[in-house]
Amino acid sequence: MSTSEAVVSARSISKTFGKGGVNALQDIDLEVGQGEFISLIGPSGCGKSTLLRVIGDLVEPSSGEILVNGKSAHRARLDRDYGIVFQAAVLYDWRTVAKNIALPLELMGYDRATRAGRVRELLHLMELDGFEKHYPWQLSGGMQQRVSIARALSFSPALLLMDEPFGALDEMTRERLNVELLRIWAELGSTVIFVTHSISEAVYLSTRVVVMSPRPGRITSVVPIDLPQPRTFETREDPRFFELVTQVREALHAGGAEL
Amino acid sequence: MTSRIGSAAARIAVLVLVLLGLWALWEGYRALWEETGWTRPFRVNATTMPHLHDIVGALFDPLREGEPLLARFMLDAALFTAKEAAVGFAIGAAIGFLLGALIARFAVLQRGVMPYIIASQTIPILAIAPIVVVGLGNVSILGWTPKDWMRVAVIAAYLTFFPVTVNTVRGLRSADPAAVELMESYAAGEWAVFWKLRVPASLPYLFSAFKVAATASVVGAVIGELPSSIQSGLGGWIINFNQYYALDPENLWAVNLVAALLGISFFLVVVLVEKLVVHRPPEILV
Repeated sequence: MSTSEAVVSARSISKTFGKGGVNALQDIDLEVGQGEFISLIGPSGCGKSTLLRVIGDLVEPSSGEILVNGKSAHRARLDRDYGIVFQAAVLYDWRTVAKNIALPLELMGYDRATRAGRVRELLHLMELDGFEKHYPWQLSGGMQQRVSIARALSFSPALLLMDEPFGALDEMTRERLNVELLRIWAELGSTVIFVTHSISEAVYLSTRVVVMSPRPGRITSVVPIDLPQPRTFETREDPRFFELVTQVREALHAGGAEL
Repeated sequence: MTSRIGSAAARIAVLVLVLLGLWALWEGYRALWEETGWTRPFRVNATTMPHLHDIVGALFDPLREGEPLLARFMLDAALFTAKEAAVGFAIGAAIGFLLGALIARFAVLQRGVMPYIIASQTIPILAIAPIVVVGLGNVSILGWTPKDWMRVAVIAAYLTFFPVTVNTVRGLRSADPAAVELMESYAAGEWAVFWKLRVPASLPYLFSAFKVAATASVVGAVIGELPSSIQSGLGGWIINFNQYYALDPENLWAVNLVAALLGISFFLVVVLVEKLVVHRPPEILV
């Protein structure tokens, strides 16, 4: 894959917090191609969230070069090239579901009619029809996170950054949202970078799993996931699924993670 | 729906019970002290502690034969004082918010300006009121001199701005860091972050300040009327009835009651506006 088609291209990225402080990231090299679904997995403190924020230009790397869509990460952020989803839904309590989804569109100066149209599409896409007038605190955690994903998708960014989006949800809700996320990814043809600490989630969702280890945070291995698409509930019972889960677990151990 | 009606009924019942309880306390205290003749902390009689029904009754008596009821005068006076307090509240809230926004934005000001803002509130309002109200009466801008009530409104504003400033600073800084990060991810400008995130996030803090400020602005208006002998407001009546306390004690109590009711109405208006404007999970609202 050449650099020109890479959605994300990181070259020897390092990040140190504080004066002579914590080595959050060390010598990270990563290429993400168009349409890939990449999971960053590792124990807490391995810098996976920091790497995601470096890609999103929310944290500045101490050294190294990062390109998003062939331009600097800073330029890409100003061009609104990506949508982001956090572990907490981070919805604005004072806005209804519809207005939360429309927030990026408002900031980007879309007119009212366009916003209303997009919101309607997204409510439908995320199966939130009928909830547009609700306030976030009237929704369950799973629904809040769906609103948050709808908001990230509202301006149709080609790149989606997700920081443990389902980490705070129960297992059932998480699995359902996994399926929905894959459906949307297939439908929109977007590129996803997904931070998680769940091995099965990473294997189930991804085209490649990037395994990281802590202190200093670095990439110890990359596991390609060759499970057939589209993935369904049966995928989780596929023997190949378990093999890959084992492979990722061993990679984590080899990287020094205590699981 | 039935539960909403039920809870409204319960509230009214509680209100009536509390009022009855207060009445029973007042009258019970009176009766006990009068019966026993206790003189501490003070001797109880019709002058020191008029009956509650006499105080309320005074409102529905004419001051002099053939004149309108006292309640009529009280209503006019309350409206006059309400105008001073409302204008003072608006000015104070605006100045308070502006100061708070500047302090929240420029950390340097926290140290540079905050001490003086705090000092301004340690000066007794009774010491400042005559200087401002009388002093501004001698000011002439192109031949225009601020009217009496406008000068009193300045005192009300003086008491209003402080809580608003303090809570604006806290409120504007209360935005969730993740919510700020989200704004950054959209490359939102500083104004957009201010209006779409920081200000809405500050509203519960602002309304807490408005509740304090609403009652303080009424107190400020009443006190502002005292040194300048403005007769049209509640302050004027307080001075007047104070001089005749030995003759008609219940009149002074009655005007105090009206002043309290005015303060409570101001508070309730703020609560009502808050209900209409602020949408938050019920447990966050205070």
